[in-house]
Amino acid sequence: MEALYVYCVGMLTFCGVFLCLRARLFPVVLGLTMLSYAVNLFLFSSGGLTFNAAAILGASETYSDPLPQALVLTAIVIGFAMIAFIVILAMRARADLGNDYVDGREPPDTEQAISPKRGNL
Amino acid sequence: MSQHLAIIPILLPLFAGLLMLLPPLAGVENIRRRRITSLIVGAVSIFAAANLAVQVQQGPLFYALGNWQAPNGIVLMADPLAAMLVLATCILVFGSTVYACAGEDRQGAYFYPLLQFQLMGINGAFLTADLFNLFVFFEVLLIASYSLLIHGGGKQKTQANVHYVVLNLVGSSLFLFALGALYGTLGTLNMLDMAMRVPTISEGEQVIAKVGGLMLLMVFGLKAAMLPLHFWLPKTYSAASASVAALFAIMTKVGIYSIYRVYTMIFGEHAGPLADMALGWIWPLALLTLIGGAIGVLASPNLRQMAANMVIISVGTLLISFAIRSQEASAAGFYYMIHSTFVTAALFMIADMLGQQRGKALDRFVVARKVKQPVLLGSLFFVASMAVAGLPPFSGFIGKLLILQSAHQATEMIWVWTLILLAGLVCIVALSRAGSTVFWRHTGGNNNDIASLSYWQIGAAGLMLLMSPLMVVFGAVTTEYMQLAALQLHQFSGLFELLGRANP
Repeated sequence: MEALYVYCVGMLTFCGVFLCLRARLFPVVLGLTMLSYAVNLFLFSSGGLTFNAAAILGASETYSDPLPQALVLTAIVIGFAMIAFIVILAMRARADLGNDYVDGREPPDTEQAISPKRGNL
Repeated sequence: MSQHLAIIPILLPLFAGLLMLLPPLAGVENIRRRRITSLIVGAVSIFAAANLAVQVQQGPLFYALGNWQAPNGIVLMADPLAAMLVLATCILVFGSTVYACAGEDRQGAYFYPLLQFQLMGINGAFLTADLFNLFVFFEVLLIASYSLLIHGGGKQKTQANVHYVVLNLVGSSLFLFALGALYGTLGTLNMLDMAMRVPTISEGEQVIAKVGGLMLLMVFGLKAAMLPLHFWLPKTYSAASASVAALFAIMTKVGIYSIYRVYTMIFGEHAGPLADMALGWIWPLALLTLIGGAIGVLASPNLRQMAANMVIISVGTLLISFAIRSQEASAAGFYYMIHSTFVTAALFMIADMLGQQRGKALDRFVVARKVKQPVLLGSLFFVASMAVAGLPPFSGFIGKLLILQSAHQATEMIWVWTLILLAGLVCIVALSRAGSTVFWRHTGGNNNDIASLSYWQIGAAGLMLLMSPLMVVFGAVTTEYMQLAALQLHQFSGLFELLGRANP
């Protein structure tokens, strides 16, 4: 189970980081979402992974650490609010700046930079 | 009442912010009521913070939230360092409230509530003794700052805000990763408890704890604008409206404070194999931050960006005072921290006032029309420049002097003295060039159509600047308090007993 768990967290983090490095806001927002999923899973595992263990004393034979669950809950709520904020901000940026690049302008090496040299074909 | 003193700086802004969202105070037409409420709440919070600062001189106050005792519950800890920073934040927020009363608050409906929530977040970050709680308060202050930054609207602000938000969200994820790693190895998130357990962990866990600790350094470095994580700062601060930029002057200090707290308490000299593990990174980065800030100051095209780069210089200086790792240096750093907060806040306000009087040129260093009130603005600018560059008789001089004095080893002295003094020289050159361009080189012509400055604005900038001479006049009291704060920060082992456990 540990190996699968580690693989999932690693994969989510990898995808999150990759998407965060994109130039447009939509992939970046997706990347931040994935990073927050990854971090939630990671936090959850910080108390140790166990089968059949309740977080309440006496409810099962063994018990699991309840604190990571509380931490994850807080992190989920905060992450949710932050993602909501950045989605709205991305829409506002699209409206204000006229494009959805993170830098607010198109990168210089696109069509516009090349076309004057080519001339009108 | 006095046993609840530690939580009042958090609860007061929370309730004030909520109150201002409700009918008798909400709405465009009730802005007057919101102003009055904000000013009153600001004054009361200064009073409460001052009370707290006096109270903690006898010893740090602990406040168990919901009476859940440490180390399982969340505990607030008000020691002199935290109390002093809370007081500074309250004064700063009062200053920016006064400045906003001149009309900036009309640009958005929720300015005052957001200001209060921001105050709550900053105060909470200073007061908490729990690392996860620190994360929560970071998020509270960040989400308020996201909205405050965009206050007033416009292309520039949106663009700066996108970068700021994305960067800080990545930073928050990193913070959580670090917390997970630290909780997994240490089994606690209470800072004092962590400090106790760090020396005892096994070798395999040390590696993970070290990774967690260094990830925390990245997060705090991002908040504090430590090189190479500082690129967001000049653009963000210069895009924000003046009262917000003035308030942001304390935001980098939250990062510095966290570095002080975490790397003195948890990974400080008591941490066994992990003792002072961040020091190897902080030394070169502090010096580079100072150099980067100085280059930025010389390259700034307008006064707001110059002030933002001055913030980076102050961050570099503070990191140096941290890196020297002695009580003396910490005390000097705290003095400089308070001083630089107020002075940079004043600079942002002055830059905005100048921009209002110079037509389209705003605060850019170009030849433009004459400033309408050159004597008033010139004097304010002159005092602020002297203070920020560290010339006597203002507090910048004493702060820098104390930091320079605290460097004792030869290699330390060579680097610290050279770089801090050179950065001071760069500031003087840049500020005198800026001042002579803005005030003396103008196209002439009449300037009767420009409105005079509001008394609110002048009052706010004056209040911020007044802190500098006050810190000199009451220098003995202030420095004694800073020394007490440094003593409490470095010698915290007595506090372990308060956690209900034996001394390690």
